[in-house]
Amino acid sequence: MSKIIRHILFCLNCLLAAPALAQDAGAPIQELLQAHGDVIAKSSRKTIGPAIDALAASGLSAAQRVLERWQAKEMWRDEESGLFVFAEEIDRDTIRIFDPAGDTEIGAVADDGYKQLKPNSGIRGMIGAALVQFQLSAPDPATRATALDAIERDPEASHLAALRKAAGAEDDAALRTRKARLERLLTIRFDEDDAARIAAIESFAGDPAVDVRATLNPLIATRIEFAAEAPQGDDIARTLKPGGGALPRADAYALLVAAGVAPPAITRADKRDALVAQLRDGTVGGYRVAQLDTEAARDAAYARLAEAGRVAAVATDAEIDAALAAHVIFERFIGAPPAVALAARGALDAIETKVNLNRAADLVLDALSLASIYFLAAIGLAITFGVMGVINMAHGEFIMMGAYTGYVVQQIIPDYTISILVAIPLAFAVTFGAGVAMERLVIRWLRHRPLETLLATFGISIALQQIAKNIFGTQARPLTSPDWLDGSLVLNDIVSISYIRIAIFVLALLFLGLFLFVMNRTRIGLEVRAVTQNPRMAGSMGINPDRINMLTFGLGSGIAGIAGVAIGLYAKVTSEMGQDYIVQSFMTVVVGGVGNIWGALVGATLVGTMQKGIEWFNPSNTLAAQTYMILFIILFIQVRPRGIIALKGRAAEA
Amino acid sequence: MSDMTLSAPARRPLVLRHPSVLVFLTILALFTLGVTLLSEGAGIGAISTSFVKTLGKTLCFCLVALAMDLVWGYCGILSLGHMAFFGLGGYAVGMWLMYERTRMIVADSLAAAELPPTAQEISDGIATQIFGVVGASEFPPVWAFAHSLPLQLAAVVVVPGLLALVFGWLAFRSRVTGVYLSILTQAMTLALSLYLFQNDSGLRGNNGLSGLQNLPGLDDIPQSAVSLWFFWASALALGVGYLFCAWLVSGKFGSVIRAIRDDETRVRFLGYPVEGFKLVVFTLTAVIASIAGALYYPQAGIINPAEIAPIASIYLAVWVAIGGRGRLYGAVIGAGFVSLLSTWFTGGQAPDLVLGPLRIQWVDWWTVLLGLSFVAVTLFAPKGIGGLVDLAARIKSPDRHGADLGPDAGALREREADQ
Repeated sequence: MSKIIRHILFCLNCLLAAPALAQDAGAPIQELLQAHGDVIAKSSRKTIGPAIDALAASGLSAAQRVLERWQAKEMWRDEESGLFVFAEEIDRDTIRIFDPAGDTEIGAVADDGYKQLKPNSGIRGMIGAALVQFQLSAPDPATRATALDAIERDPEASHLAALRKAAGAEDDAALRTRKARLERLLTIRFDEDDAARIAAIESFAGDPAVDVRATLNPLIATRIEFAAEAPQGDDIARTLKPGGGALPRADAYALLVAAGVAPPAITRADKRDALVAQLRDGTVGGYRVAQLDTEAARDAAYARLAEAGRVAAVATDAEIDAALAAHVIFERFIGAPPAVALAARGALDAIETKVNLNRAADLVLDALSLASIYFLAAIGLAITFGVMGVINMAHGEFIMMGAYTGYVVQQIIPDYTISILVAIPLAFAVTFGAGVAMERLVIRWLRHRPLETLLATFGISIALQQIAKNIFGTQARPLTSPDWLDGSLVLNDIVSISYIRIAIFVLALLFLGLFLFVMNRTRIGLEVRAVTQNPRMAGSMGINPDRINMLTFGLGSGIAGIAGVAIGLYAKVTSEMGQDYIVQSFMTVVVGGVGNIWGALVGATLVGTMQKGIEWFNPSNTLAAQTYMILFIILFIQVRPRGIIALKGRAAEA
Repeated sequence: MSDMTLSAPARRPLVLRHPSVLVFLTILALFTLGVTLLSEGAGIGAISTSFVKTLGKTLCFCLVALAMDLVWGYCGILSLGHMAFFGLGGYAVGMWLMYERTRMIVADSLAAAELPPTAQEISDGIATQIFGVVGASEFPPVWAFAHSLPLQLAAVVVVPGLLALVFGWLAFRSRVTGVYLSILTQAMTLALSLYLFQNDSGLRGNNGLSGLQNLPGLDDIPQSAVSLWFFWASALALGVGYLFCAWLVSGKFGSVIRAIRDDETRVRFLGYPVEGFKLVVFTLTAVIASIAGALYYPQAGIINPAEIAPIASIYLAVWVAIGGRGRLYGAVIGAGFVSLLSTWFTGGQAPDLVLGPLRIQWVDWWTVLLGLSFVAVTLFAPKGIGGLVDLAARIKSPDRHGADLGPDAGALREREADQ
C-alpha cells in the first residue's frame, strides 16, 4: 500500500520538478558551483575553504547573493541533476525555488527531490568572512562601516585583498581613513611580502592605539632555546642569563632536562621523601637518621644511595651550574621573519615611549584632580587656620556633615540634578551654622591657647563622628551624581578623565576665585584682613572683631561643607570620611604656607602631584604612597618650615 | 641631665619633698596587694582573670599617660605620636612571642617526621605559619632578631628611641613648635600605621600579631597565674616609672622643661639648649611609652596597626587632660579613670539612660559623652580631676588678675592681662 503511494508521489514529484530543468545549467555561477558541488554538498569545515574562496574570488555578480543565501540556509540542491537552487519553504512539503543566476523565480515544487544545504556555524562564519569584501563596497556607508567593524573584530588573511580592492573606491573620507588604517594593520599581520609589512609597521611608529599594539605584539613572540655555542643569525632576540630576572635558574635547568641533555634535578622535598622511602632499620645510605638534620648530610646519603643504584642519580648543585655554564640560552623570534620582528620591536619601542608620555599626561590629570580635592578640603582650613590662627581638628567632620547633608537631601528629592543644586547651599548653611556655634561656644574662650583649641576641637570631632555613626550607621551611604556627570572625557586609549573630577576641578577654581573676590574686593574681606593683622587696631576703627571672627570661622566651615558634597559624589559617605582628609588637609596648608590662599593652592598641587607620582612608581600600593608622601612632607618642613609661600613681617610672628 | 641634679646641694629625699610620691606608691602597693589577694591565680578568686588583665592593661595605660604628661604637661610638646611608640614596643615583644611559640609548634610537628628537620625546614615552617595570611613564606628582614628575646627586648628601647630621636631632632631643629609639631607628630603616626597596614610591611599587615597571651614554653601554667605576673610587672613598671618621672621633674631639669613649656624663647635667651632638652624629653618618654606597650600587648593578646592610628594618641591626650596635666598623679588618675570607665561603658555593662521617649545606649553614646566632657574639661577645668586635690588641699593658684592661665602660652596671657 505505502509502496504505491510512494510511487504516485514520486511521479507527482517528477511532474512538479519539471520546471527545475528549465533553469540555466550553463550559467557561469552554476558552473562554478558545480565545479565545487561535492565539496559544497559535503559541508565540512575542513574542506569547504577552496569552494568559498573560489566563489568570493570569482568576480561574478551573483556570487554575493549565493553566499548570502547559502549562509541563510536557503540554498538547496537538486538531488538528481546536482544543480543548486535558492529555495524558500512555503509549507512543510513545498518550496519555492529560484535560479542562482539572476535570482529569478522558477516556481513552487515539492521538496522531496531537493536537499537543503545546512552549513554549520563554522562554515557560516567562513562565508561571512568571504561576504565582507562585497559588503566593503556596498552602496550604503553604514553597511561598509559594519563590515569594517567585523574585520576589526576578527581579521583574516582573505580580508586583506578585499580591503585593498575596496579602499581605492571609497568616497566617504572617514571610512577611507579607517579602511586605509585597517589595510595597514592587516598588511602587518597577513602580507607575504616582508618589505610591505615593514613599511606598514613603520607607518605606525608612535601610534599608541591598543589595536596597533595587539597587532605588533604577536610578531615579536619568542621561544626560549639553547645551544652549546652562542648562535649566529638575525632571528636571535637576545641571550638570557640563567638566574636573572627573566629566567630563574630552576627554569633554565628544566629546559636542559626536558631536552635530555642534562640529568634531572630534584627538589629538597623529593630528596627527603626518597630518603624516607629507603629508610631501613634507622639507617639510610649508611647514615643514621639522627645525622640527617643538615642538607649536606642528606646530599651525601642520597649520593651513596645513587651509587648503590637504589635511587635515580640526580644532578648536584655543582653539576647544575656546570651544565648551565656549558650552554647558551637565548630567545628566538618565532612570530615573524627576523626583519619584520625587529621592525615590530622598534615600532613597539617607539609606541612605548609615546604610551609613557600619554600615561604621564594622564597622571598629570589625575594629580590635578586629586589636588583640586585636597584644595577643596583644605581651603576652609586655610581660612580658619591660616587667617585666624585657629586650628580646627573638627574640620574633617564638617566635610562629613556636608556629605551627609547631601545624602539626606537626596533621600527627600529624588531628582539628582535638583538635589545636588539644593544640597550645595544647604550643606553650606548647615556647616556654617555648626561653625558659628562652635566658634561662639568653644573657640572664642580658648583664644591664645592654640593647643587647648586643638584639644577641644578634637573632643568635638570625636563626638560628631560618633553622633553621625549613631544616626546613619557604620555602612557607607551613596551620594549619587546626576547623569550628566557620569562617564568620562576620553582623549585617547590612555588619557581619560571622568566628568565628576572635571566638575570638582571647576568647583575648586570657582572657590579660589570666590575667596579672592571676598577677601580683596568686599567690605567683609577688608574687615577680616584688618582683624587678622591687628584685632585691637581694627576694634578701634569700629570693626567688631568677635563678629568678624565668628563669620570667618563660619565661612571656613561652610566651604568644608560644600567640599563634603563634592567629595561625597565620588567617594562613599561614611562617618569616618573626614578623617581621611584631615591630615592631608593640614599637610596641604602647612606645606603651602599658612595664612595665604595661594599657599593652599600650591600646597594642594604639590601634595596631590606627589601622591600620584609616588603611586606611579608603585601603582599597587596606595598605602605606601601615602606613607612616603607624609615622610617627604616631614622632611620638606625641614627645608621650609613656614611652607612654600611664607608670610613675611609681623603677621608671620603671630 | 643627671649631673645637674646630682650637683645640687644635698637636699631632703625626694619622697619627703613631694609627699604625693609616697602617697601614690603606697596606694599602688596596696592596690596591687588587694588585687592579688582577690584574684583567681593567687587569692580568693573574687576578681576574674579577664578583669585582672584589664587592670594590668590599665596600669600600662597609666604608665604611657605618665610619659605623655612628662612630654606635654611638663614640656609643652603636645605629641600625638606616643601611642605609636607604645605600639612599636608591643610589636617588638610580640615578634618574639609569636616567633618562639610558632617555632615550638613547628618543631613539635616536624619531630614526628621520619627524618630530623634541618634548620632550613624549621625556618620555612615558621615563616609559612606566620606569613601565610599575607601570602608570603619567607622571613622579612625586620624579623632578623625575632629568635632572640634579649635582642627583641633591646628593640623595645632602641627602635622607638631611635625613631623619636631622629624625628625629634628633625622637628626641633627646624623650630617646629606648638600646633605645627602636633600635626607633624600626628602625620608621623599616620604614616607609621599606614605603613604597617600594608601586607608587605613584614609585620602581617592588618592582621597584626596575635596569640601573644600565650607565653612560649609555659603552656602548663594557667592564664590566671600569667595574668597576675603581668599585673605585677605592670605595677612595678608604673611604680618605677612614677618614681623616675618624679625625680626627673623635681630637679633643675624639671624646672628647665617647665620653663620651656611656659616661654621657650626666654629659656633659649637664658642660654639653655632648648632643642636638646626637648629632644631628651621626647626620646625618653617615647622609650617609656614603648616599655608600657611591651607590657600591655602580651596581656591584650593581639596587636594590629589600627592600635597605632592617630586616634589612639588623641585618646591618650584626652586621658591626661581629664586627669590633669602638669602633675604626675593627674595623668595616672586620668588614664585609669577614663580607660576603666570606657571599658565599663563600651562593654555594655552600663545601664541604658532613659530620657522620656529617648533611650540612650551607652555603647553608642559613650564616645559622644567623652568627646563633649573633654571639651568641657578644656573649657572649664584645665586642671582636670587633679584640680580636686588642689581644692581639697586648699592650694590656690597665684592671683593672675582673673583668668586662670593654663600651661600653654601662660606668660603671654599674663602680659595681656596686665594691660
